[in-house]
Amino acid sequence: MPETEATNLSKAVQATGAPATDVAVTEDGQPAPMAESGPVPGRPRSLWSDAWHDLVRKPSFLISAVVILVLLVMAAWPSLFTSVGPRTADLSNHYLQKPQLTHFFQPEWLGYNQQGQSIYARMIYGTRASIVIGVSVTVLVLVFGGLIGMLAGYFGGWLDAVLSRITDTFMGIPFLLGAMVVLVSFETRTVWTVTLALAFLGWTTIARVMRGSVIAIKQSDYVMAARSLGAGTWRILLRHVLPNAAAPVIVVAMIALGGYITAEAVLSFLGIGLSDPAISWGGDINRAQKQIRVAPHLLLYPSILLSITILSFLMLGDAVRDALDPKLR
Amino acid sequence: MADREPILEVSHLVKHFPLTQGILFKRQIGAVKAVDDVSFELYQGETLGIVGESGCGKSTVAKLLMNLEQPTSGSIRYKGEDISRLSGRALKAVRRNIQMVFQDPYTSLNPRMTVGDIIGEPFEIHPEVAPKGDRRKKVRELLDVVGLNPEYINRYPHQFSGGQRQRIGIARGLALNPEIIICDEPVSALDVSVQAQVINLMERLQNEFDLSYVFIAHDLSIVRHISDRVGVMYLGKLAEIGTDSQIYDHPTHPYTQALLSAVPQPDPEVRDSRERIILSGDVPSPANPPSGCRFRTRCWKAEDRCAEEVPLLAVPERFAKADTGVAHPSACHFAEERDVVHV
Amino acid sequence: MSIEMTKAEVPGVPLLEVRDLHVEFHTRDGAAKAVNGVSYTVDAGETLAVLGESGSGKSVTAQTIMGILDMPPGRITGGEILFRGEDMLKMSEEQRQRIRGDKIAMIFQDALSALNPVLSVGFQLGEMFRVHRGASRREAKARAIELMDRVRIPAAKERVNDYPHQFSGGMRQRIMIAMALALEPDVIIADEPTTALDVTVQAQVMDLLAELQRDFQMGLILITHDLGVVADVADKIAVMYAGRIVENAPVHELYKRPAHPYTKGLLESIPRLDHKGKDLYAIQGMPPSLTAIPKGCAFNPRCPMAQDVCRTDIPPLAEVLENDGGPIGGRSSACHFWKETIHG
Repeated sequence: MPETEATNLSKAVQATGAPATDVAVTEDGQPAPMAESGPVPGRPRSLWSDAWHDLVRKPSFLISAVVILVLLVMAAWPSLFTSVGPRTADLSNHYLQKPQLTHFFQPEWLGYNQQGQSIYARMIYGTRASIVIGVSVTVLVLVFGGLIGMLAGYFGGWLDAVLSRITDTFMGIPFLLGAMVVLVSFETRTVWTVTLALAFLGWTTIARVMRGSVIAIKQSDYVMAARSLGAGTWRILLRHVLPNAAAPVIVVAMIALGGYITAEAVLSFLGIGLSDPAISWGGDINRAQKQIRVAPHLLLYPSILLSITILSFLMLGDAVRDALDPKLR
Repeated sequence: MADREPILEVSHLVKHFPLTQGILFKRQIGAVKAVDDVSFELYQGETLGIVGESGCGKSTVAKLLMNLEQPTSGSIRYKGEDISRLSGRALKAVRRNIQMVFQDPYTSLNPRMTVGDIIGEPFEIHPEVAPKGDRRKKVRELLDVVGLNPEYINRYPHQFSGGQRQRIGIARGLALNPEIIICDEPVSALDVSVQAQVINLMERLQNEFDLSYVFIAHDLSIVRHISDRVGVMYLGKLAEIGTDSQIYDHPTHPYTQALLSAVPQPDPEVRDSRERIILSGDVPSPANPPSGCRFRTRCWKAEDRCAEEVPLLAVPERFAKADTGVAHPSACHFAEERDVVHV
Repeated sequence: MSIEMTKAEVPGVPLLEVRDLHVEFHTRDGAAKAVNGVSYTVDAGETLAVLGESGSGKSVTAQTIMGILDMPPGRITGGEILFRGEDMLKMSEEQRQRIRGDKIAMIFQDALSALNPVLSVGFQLGEMFRVHRGASRREAKARAIELMDRVRIPAAKERVNDYPHQFSGGMRQRIMIAMALALEPDVIIADEPTTALDVTVQAQVMDLLAELQRDFQMGLILITHDLGVVADVADKIAVMYAGRIVENAPVHELYKRPAHPYTKGLLESIPRLDHKGKDLYAIQGMPPSLTAIPKGCAFNPRCPMAQDVCRTDIPPLAEVLENDGGPIGGRSSACHFWKETIHG
């Protein structure tokens, strides 16, 4: 496909979207008085606001955003959703009882586990661990991986060679296996232990993406222009490189967030994630697998919620990527 | 012109980009000779055009003049002071006087900054030029000078057309009141009907602010229109330099002649009668340029001498006394006049 | 349905005719009307230059003819594309395929992205013969070498197994031309074929294209923004602006006395090589947004001659006559004031 007219077209459409009149320049090259009769200039539209404008019209974004919002509220104030605690055990509630699916949002709604605890309540309270780990790993990875990638990409030379080799080394470690090895060495594993272990191994992807986009931006004409004005390194990094490199990195981080939640669940399932008495979906799924033949719902409901959570973050990342990258439109 | 002091004096400028191999331990296996012994002067208020095909080194010259690259050897003197090896505060001070307008208005403006921030950035970097309270006003004035509505100050670059963006780029270049502006293909990315607007604007600004331009382009017609003097580059060297009439009406270097004759003229009446020199082959790689005269591999006049002896850029001896336009520097052993433009 | 159908010369019927073509693109800001009623014809041995700036719809028209328009976002909203009198838009996909590639071929601006980087140029050239002509591998390779010789690629025999990136820009464009020529098409559409090339190489490629067109008596549609290239090779010219043809004229006529203010402005705004000239005339303003094409004549906000009627009525493409009412031939202009423009 030749890109000639297609891109020109989109440029023309884009370019003339707002200021529809250029200033008249008369024959002798003098600018004519401003044409005041022209259309009222449109309001300023940054690329971020353009992306937002696109996002709020995307069903996939709206759905995933609403789900994620609910999950966040669940993680912050679980007691809003359920009247019983996750550890309230009553052995008269037998786990072989059928779930009372018509009793919406009641403790008995999705049935009970072997200890007679409400599965529903445990799912609600398990959200916090997943969300906190997912979000904090992402933040750590963004800061650390972003910094490494930016330094390597911008300064290049021996610094890049050293940092890139370190990144490659870490990338060579299988993510889950590495996390298991790290976590096994801890007696008790809290949310923060797991977060650090995942971040320790997960920053490489962000570092690579960041390095790549920084290298591209470093060579762009607007960075040249800033350099020729005499701008210092920090000004160039903070005003020119970072704002432009951020978009692809944020997208990768959003998609990775779902992966970190999965990783936590897998680790907890294997018994080397959060240690008891922490409540987490992965742990509950692990405990439920022994009863899978007689009471599959013990395993089913937390798994569904886990899948919905991961899917929502992936969808959100996807939608944001489309909005930030006009080329995919 | 000779009795004046040049504002910018480039002498024996050389830029070789090393070709390296290896990842952690790099070793040099060769060099791309992008610019190889280029000398010229620029005088106050004049426009020096530099033309050449892709890969001839003209954009590297622009980067060297802007101190975006360090020369391998040679010097760039601004009012007598060599600026090519300055750094830190001294370099920053010189930058105020030499600014640049870039080729692609779609990539030379930071898409995440408003027009006001883009044009105002020079003042933030050089706070002594405009006190803080004055900056917005200055930016509005600049927008007005380049023919854009000052109301657009809060807009983003993607809201403008190519021609308008190039005006923004010019406004940024003007902000620090420079004396010299390096223009690297400033109109080649623009539509034909918009090119003339930008050319006219640049000419008006030159008169208004007594600017000196180095105008780098591949479009020979535009270069003739805007330039007082023109230099023709081929494979990192200047082949010929002179006033616009000397180069276009009395070219003596075979490459200049071929280049001029190849330009399609917007006049169907001359298409059959015009003499065209069709060069064979392509430009050789600057990593491995021919010995002697670099043009010899495509030149119809080439003899053994051309492979052995590098022709110097000087007024050919036999033309030195001529009172026509042929008396101008030309780097050819067999320079002779040949008018290829007029029918 | 037979192949013979397309082979036959039909007297009085143009080789290729575009009739009242309309194409739209779906964009965020609404429908972008890229082509708004374009008609042109090209005959065997004739060179039609379609001249226009970016966004004028010149390339979209060509892509529609070739059937390579991205749909969506593109949409053909009306018109006909007649090859030897048969409407290609109404044909079955199979019939269309047979004409495109076999009878109509295209040369793109960017040869590097139009050629497959992982296949040798000989294979890609030979593929045309294998797919369309059922040639054997050996035969196809021989024909590929022949073609490379024809477009004057030095040492074709040795280079036939090279990959596209091993050729220079000018050589790649020659390979593109060879590919378009392979099946000896009746019509070649060249979309800015030399824009990406250097001046000296541009001259080589343009010369080659003109020569081949003459030898094979093909119809050539040359799409370009370069008034110099047009003056060098075109027989007749269609000037496009905002998705419409604003002027049709034989090449000598157009440059001597343009009949549309846009054409006139363009010709006056380009600097000359043979003398320095004074200030350039500059057409004011900029090309319109395709989502908001001005009412009436699309050029009216930039036109020095615009009157009230230009702001309300779209000027029809009217025949241009001599001052005394005599015919000129092949000339038309979509300007309410063509008389004043050409004669005044």
